[in-house]
Amino acid sequence: MVKSFLRQSPLAHLHLEARPLMAEALPAAGISISECAHTTQIAVRGQSSDPAFAQAVTTALGIALPTDACTASGAPERVHMLWMGPDEWLVVGPAKTDDRIGDKLEQALNKLHCAVVDVSESRTVVQICGANARSVLDKGCSIDLHPTVFSPGRVVNTVLARSHITLHQTAIDAKSGFPSYDIYVHRSFAEYLWSWLEDASREYGLQMNP
Amino acid sequence: MLLIPCPFCGKREETEFHHGGEAHIERPKDPDALSDEAWAEYLFMRTNPKGVFLERWVHLAGCRRWFNMARNTATNEILGSYKIGEKPPKGAR
Amino acid sequence: MAQKNRLTEGGRIDRSKPVNFTFNGHPLQGYAGDTLASALLANGIRVVARSFKYHRPRGIMAAGVEEANALVQLETGDRTLANQQATRIELYEGLSATSINCWPGPNFDLMAINSWFHRLMPAGFYYKTFMWPVAGWKFYEHFIRRAAGLGISPREADPDQYDQMNVHCDVLIVGGGPAGLAAALAAGRSGARVILADEQAQLGGQLLNERCEINGKPALDWVTTAETELADYPDVTILRRTTTFGYYDHNFAGLLETRTAKLTDGGEHTRQRLWHVRAKRVVLATGALERPLIFSDNDRPGVMLANAARSYLTRYGVKVGSRVVVFTNNDDAYRTAIALFEGGVKIACIIDTRSAPDGELPTAALALGIELVDNSTVTGVTGGRGIKSIEVMSLNANADGVTGVPRMIDCDVVASSGGWNPVIHLHSHSGGKAKFDEARGLFIAGETLQASVCIGAANGEFQLDGCLKQGFQAGKKAASLAGLKKSSRRKLPVAETIDETPARILWALPTTKPIGERGKHFLDLQHDVTVADVQLAARDGYKTDEHTKRYTTLGMATDQGKTGNIPGMAVLAQALGVENPGDVGTTTFRPPYTPVTLGAFAGRNVGVLTDPVRMTPMHHWHELSGCTWEDVGQWKRPWYYPQTGETMQDAVNRECLAARNAVAILDASTLGKIDIQGPDAAEFLNRIYTNAWSKLAVGKCRYGLMLREDGMIFDDGVTTRIGENHFLMTTTTGNAATVLGWLEEWLQTEWPDLKVYCNSVTEAWATLSLCGPRARDLLTEFTDDIDLSAEAFPFMALREGTVGGIAARIFRISFTGESSFEVNVPASYGLALWTQLMNAGEKYGITPYGTETMHVLRAEKGYIIVGQETDGTVMPQDLGMDWILSKTKDFLGRRSFARNDSMRADRKQLVGLLPLDKQTVLEEGGQIVAENSTARPLPMIGHVTSSYFSANLERPFALALVTDGRSRMGEQVYIPMKDRNIPAEITSPVFFDPEGERLNG
Ligand SMILES: [Zn+2]
Repeated sequence: MVKSFLRQSPLAHLHLEARPLMAEALPAAGISISECAHTTQIAVRGQSSDPAFAQAVTTALGIALPTDACTASGAPERVHMLWMGPDEWLVVGPAKTDDRIGDKLEQALNKLHCAVVDVSESRTVVQICGANARSVLDKGCSIDLHPTVFSPGRVVNTVLARSHITLHQTAIDAKSGFPSYDIYVHRSFAEYLWSWLEDASREYGLQMNP
Repeated sequence: MLLIPCPFCGKREETEFHHGGEAHIERPKDPDALSDEAWAEYLFMRTNPKGVFLERWVHLAGCRRWFNMARNTATNEILGSYKIGEKPPKGAR
Repeated sequence: MAQKNRLTEGGRIDRSKPVNFTFNGHPLQGYAGDTLASALLANGIRVVARSFKYHRPRGIMAAGVEEANALVQLETGDRTLANQQATRIELYEGLSATSINCWPGPNFDLMAINSWFHRLMPAGFYYKTFMWPVAGWKFYEHFIRRAAGLGISPREADPDQYDQMNVHCDVLIVGGGPAGLAAALAAGRSGARVILADEQAQLGGQLLNERCEINGKPALDWVTTAETELADYPDVTILRRTTTFGYYDHNFAGLLETRTAKLTDGGEHTRQRLWHVRAKRVVLATGALERPLIFSDNDRPGVMLANAARSYLTRYGVKVGSRVVVFTNNDDAYRTAIALFEGGVKIACIIDTRSAPDGELPTAALALGIELVDNSTVTGVTGGRGIKSIEVMSLNANADGVTGVPRMIDCDVVASSGGWNPVIHLHSHSGGKAKFDEARGLFIAGETLQASVCIGAANGEFQLDGCLKQGFQAGKKAASLAGLKKSSRRKLPVAETIDETPARILWALPTTKPIGERGKHFLDLQHDVTVADVQLAARDGYKTDEHTKRYTTLGMATDQGKTGNIPGMAVLAQALGVENPGDVGTTTFRPPYTPVTLGAFAGRNVGVLTDPVRMTPMHHWHELSGCTWEDVGQWKRPWYYPQTGETMQDAVNRECLAARNAVAILDASTLGKIDIQGPDAAEFLNRIYTNAWSKLAVGKCRYGLMLREDGMIFDDGVTTRIGENHFLMTTTTGNAATVLGWLEEWLQTEWPDLKVYCNSVTEAWATLSLCGPRARDLLTEFTDDIDLSAEAFPFMALREGTVGGIAARIFRISFTGESSFEVNVPASYGLALWTQLMNAGEKYGITPYGTETMHVLRAEKGYIIVGQETDGTVMPQDLGMDWILSKTKDFLGRRSFARNDSMRADRKQLVGLLPLDKQTVLEEGGQIVAENSTARPLPMIGHVTSSYFSANLERPFALALVTDGRSRMGEQVYIPMKDRNIPAEITSPVFFDPEGERLNG
């Protein structure tokens, strides 16, 4: 097997791991961003109206198929599933897990009309949180992210700046009320989007996490 | 800028969508059975009403689904959107 | 005292904070809280600009957004802004402004000569004079542009940053005057998400100009209390210095926030911010603008709006003159007379077009001992650079002429009021209609298409108490309609109601002579449009406001006719004999309400963020190698890789030779890749592609062509069967998204019964394309589980295994005509594999090649590129591709082959072209003619689609589309250039390895 260090995430060349050392006045930062590279991402297509399909997915993954539009199921730090469309979902597994999500799904679904496509390489995930995370997203995204409308577990496919993204609110800090989001961006757009986020975040103070 | 109700995702900004022209133009089952005129009618001719228009949209940046929508072209009032295969909302024809 | 017109007390400026600035180079001083206009007036500066057409001296005529005269060039250098209204510029330390439209200065302007020849420049002057002959325009244009210049654009890049915000709210309230503030309080108390936007730095609106009371206390106390309360609501956002410039469909509004008053410091992070607001309900509390009375020579410096005179006194502590005449048709202007009188300004008299006005305000003014000249009008103004005196006469019985003895009155200011116009611009932007209120002579908002309402003065309610009531009511209702029903029991504020007697609506006011023969009655001060111009337009046959506007340019200046439009419309109606000005229509107001900086529209999309740069996994290797880039859609693709000292042609020649003689490598990751699966996948491809797919074996590849329904080529690519019900389609780079959309469109809308799913996997794979006679040798070093021999792994086949230890798919497909291996690995390993192949390939002479070499190599083989050999009008038959058209099934576009146009004998066909001199590379797009003639024009028989120099052929060659080209083989044709005709021979479009032996090698 090839050495793992040869595997390059779309933002690896920016050496984000070295950036926090250069940043100053971190406590004031209103925005914190990082790349969550090499997650497992499996596109699943099928008919949610078919009970066998929903059942098979649940059996394979241990989480329910999110059939309500723009929702997620499962815990964001473990295997979870994002609604992408009425017949389309994205199964996401944390990086460095080796539980063969794709194989499990293929086995569970192989008798049904559906599609299971490994798209782990297609997108990377940029995580953003902090006091001003919502404001930064508002600068480039037309979705209403107000807490009364958009809360943890909400997922939208939309546009941020000039790039298509999938936006998943993963959490809200119980104490501060600050939200956390996962931004899925196609790898060819990753550097553009990262640059945009850095630029848009500047006025709030930006902390980059490895 | 329009606020378009995707039948799957809800209301979203027009920039997430792509317009697909007039709705309910079916591809002829047997193109060879058509005269040249009838084929040209299918290919090129579209109504362009001032008033309620049934049109196709695709939620390109969202759920990637095609759907139909009834919109008044004079006022941009949206009477409703509906899934492919469904009937237009009441009041739109 | 330097500020000779500044009162020693009063006003809402801070006399402890002097502010230094320069105007036309003169150092001056004002105070914090001043606008440039109030500071200029405080310093006694009367002439601030020259008019656009006649270059007449002009002074400040308003105190706000309606200012038509006082346009300045603000600052110099990269931040300079043209045509800024002095009335809207907050004074800051070091401000520098200059007059526009005049040279050498506003007091002596060489272009003023235009005004002596004004009879030569009536309405439609530009159209009539310069329309014919057409060639004449070139001559006149230079002169006109010089003479008509309105300010200077900056020459340097804008140093400031701008950004944008997308926000949603329950209630957007435009205008922070009494009505808007009341609405915000009511909506805020209901728990609604509220945005309150006001163009000024301070809330209060008209209250800032008045001395009125709310709840028996100064009105501004109430404003302060309201602001404090609103600040406590977490979901209420107050945007100051924010103009709502446009209001669009479905309650979408554009707001421009200026984040720093000081233009030169650029703001800490952004100077301006554009807000995109999507509101559930919109409350327009945009107030009203006073309109001037239209009398002869009403443009003289010193003629201003009555409310402006009041504002300068009350808000800025500035006397606009030392002897003021108030000229009115309504009661409100008496407030100005009273305020000025009490502020110590001498009121020469009040001239009222009405007879014996007896309302509360006139009575109060008379009680102060101010003289009233009733049933009269101003018939003349003396003093070019500042009023010296006016002439007043009595109106006749019909008010269409004057009688009696003229009386001269010495004064330096005429403060005129023709009543108030509700600001219904935003209502109009969004498709709302206007209706004419005949009794009051004003337009108010009619039906709206939006979930919106106009309130307060914007709704024709000019009583403060009424504004407050409407505001609370509207705010509460808007919140309730947005779903917030929480009610508040707080007591509503009250203000005194002052009864006002009706105005007397007279539009153009008469003099002793017919209009236009004694002085000028200006309607549009910025564009110098007069009553006579509009009357001429009516005589010239213009019957609607929209046409007249364009003919006379009325209301088309930067102020968009905020003061001139309504009187102009009324004058047109009168000239046309239409009784009700509402019947000639109102012009539809269009965004923006006030000008918006282009930088704000661009926002963050500038510099490297102008457009996304899409990068392949190997992008940074290419960059370090010093390649030149070609933009393909948003992708950057290496164009060629020049070595030291190489020209582009040198580099391409080297790359081309390496591909045919050694081994070369191309980054093909940008090609679109679509995963297609389901039991009906083959049937689906049968319908989409022109050829048949059912019998393609698993592990085999096939080239396919997609047509639109009109039979024209739409895209092409190779599709591979990777399982019984599973295909991988490739598309051209530029069409990747379009093709996926095309597939989904047919699947979802026309063939929902087909069981097929399409998923884009373009970004999942890095594609490294190796070609050339040593490609196999190199690749053999990297794999031990795939037999790469020609026998075991034939052309147009797929093998899966590992390459360099990485799970890979290898396709034996070729776009160069060479033996090729297209290696696909997971994208994140692309860079590692590329680097290893480059290292190991050194001994074989591995050469990276770019898109230019790819183009040359494929053209040598006569392979087309969609978008280059095709342009949406090319059918497969035109390219000699009949072989790919199935005769046994239907497919998209097939029926169109039988259309007349498709069967024409003279369609253009793909051919090769060889320039006879063996040296000239033809220009792509070059036209082809049959005849070697210098005559022009010549009938064109085709055009060059691709043209290159080929190192392998050692000569230039080209592909072309030529009428009936296949029957012209061997014929000589010509490509006419500017100085000569280039002869070329028509040949087969395949120049290299016509048998295709190398592909299978
Ligand atoms: Zn949708």
